[in-house]
Amino acid sequence: MKEQGIALRLWKDRVASLVIFALALIPLIPLFLILFQLFSKGASSLSLHFLTSLPRPPGEAGGGVVNAILGSILLVAMASILAVPTGVLAGIYLSEFYDRLLPNMVRTAADLLQGTPSIVIGIMACAWVVRPLHHFSALAGSAALAIIMLPVIVRTTEEVLVLVPKEIREGALALGVPRWRMILQVVLPTGLVGVATGILLSMARVAGETAPLLFTAFGNPFLSWKPTEPIDALPLVIFNYATSPYADWWRQAWAASLVLILLVLFLNTTARLAARKMGGR
Amino acid sequence: MKEAPMEEILKTQDLKAYFEELEILKGINLSIPKNRVTAIMGPSGCGKTTLLRCFNRMHEETPGAHTKGKIFLEGKDILSMNPILVRKMVGMVFQKPNPFPTMSIYENVLAGYRLNGIKLRKEEAQGIVEESLKKAVLWDEVKDFLHRRGTFLSGGQQQRLCIARALAVNPKLLLMDEPTSALDPKATRRVEELVTELKEAVTIVIVTHNTSQAGRVADYTAFLYLGELIEFGPTEELFTAPKDPRTEEYLTGKFG
Ligand SMILES: Nc1ncnc2c1ncn2[C@@H]1O[C@H](COP(=O)(O)OP(=O)(O)OP(=O)(O)O)[C@@H](O)[C@H]1O
Ligand SMILES: [Mg+2]
Repeated sequence: MKEQGIALRLWKDRVASLVIFALALIPLIPLFLILFQLFSKGASSLSLHFLTSLPRPPGEAGGGVVNAILGSILLVAMASILAVPTGVLAGIYLSEFYDRLLPNMVRTAADLLQGTPSIVIGIMACAWVVRPLHHFSALAGSAALAIIMLPVIVRTTEEVLVLVPKEIREGALALGVPRWRMILQVVLPTGLVGVATGILLSMARVAGETAPLLFTAFGNPFLSWKPTEPIDALPLVIFNYATSPYADWWRQAWAASLVLILLVLFLNTTARLAARKMGGR
Repeated sequence: MKEAPMEEILKTQDLKAYFEELEILKGINLSIPKNRVTAIMGPSGCGKTTLLRCFNRMHEETPGAHTKGKIFLEGKDILSMNPILVRKMVGMVFQKPNPFPTMSIYENVLAGYRLNGIKLRKEEAQGIVEESLKKAVLWDEVKDFLHRRGTFLSGGQQQRLCIARALAVNPKLLLMDEPTSALDPKATRRVEELVTELKEAVTIVIVTHNTSQAGRVADYTAFLYLGELIEFGPTEELFTAPKDPRTEEYLTGKFG
């Protein structure tokens, strides 16, 4: 009688495990469908030529997206230069002075900024940077991306540094170490991997942003390194090509999408590997 | 029988400590004898940690915490000094071992120099590391892997590393807040032996809950109760003939 009860419970446990396992697989389905679709449509157009040449006029076969790949890298790099120091410093500030009025205001502002639609941020960057300079520019694009990155970096930095144990901070203070040295040389290094993870995730996030680039970076069919000139980016190319009337450009839009998603996946995986390294310490 | 007058290193005068409005220490007058081990005992919550943290100005690091009264270290009032200067003379070992997780054993010992921007020549640095680790009786166990992370060590070894880190900057006074409460009996023994050896060079104030530990290591014992200093004297006297009934009750295990 009793043994039967246990057998029944074990059986139920097995069924429940199976159901949970099946449900856990559901989120994977869209991801695999996307990757499958991108590979089947884009892989055939993906070649060294595509990755290393400039776009050609419609009607002419071939051409590539090197301008957009380098443009995306430049935009994200410039956005990082703007957002990383500011964001990390603000995050340090929030983690050190958590329960005062100003930090609470900064924290709320960061959260509101994080919820702001990216197209609105693009409009702001257009008004603040494009208007005064009188033309679209890489600088305007990276300013928009930096504003999107900023709250992510602020909040992850804060969350990671708050987790650094009080004992570690006090250990440094008790040695007569000034507070700012304690923060920069003990607290920040202790949470560094976590902070780096947050930065990489925010980079991955903005690498795929399109809306804020439409009226800031604008796009540019030529290679450009100048921050004051318009610049191309992968999401912009995808948008322009996919909405064009040319079949050859549709094909290239698929290939560009594949390049973009591989780039984002790379940044994401690096971030997660870094996070795992931290967890294992 | 009269005690020879002891040279004192630290003296408090009507010391009061607060968290916000709450008075935790209610006017402590205490003299810590130089080159001796003084134990601070008392039931949980009576203010032992708070008292210890006043001696190196760590108490004020807690938001809302402040102090009144005077604390003299070798005659100078530390409450009117820069806390950073106080902490360079008064080292602290915490209840839970807290080596810096990003630093090697070697760097941990030198942290008091490195984190204060003091550059040392290589031989000088190596000398300090070896000497401090020897004082903390850890040298033989770690000399072959000084450049590994301090957090790889066992709990007892980590605590001795923290002691070495505190000793490396040659403090006049070393504060220890229940330094063995996170350690097993064997590691506890090592730290206790170490404390008795160290008093040649440095004055030690140790908070402990353990009466037998105080008996083993402390020359003097202070008994604290509800934020007041009830009794202070040579450990033996205090243990064998306590003057205050509350001390006796504590020692016989009636509370705490
Ligand atoms: N951050 C704080 N804010 C407010 N009150 C505090 C704070 N820290 C400690 N206290 C209070 O101060 C009193 C003394 O605490 P303290 O830590 O000095 O006691 P203790 O004698 O070291 O106790 P234990 O033996 O448990 O370590 C306690 O009543 C405690 O509740
Ligand atoms: Mg305590």
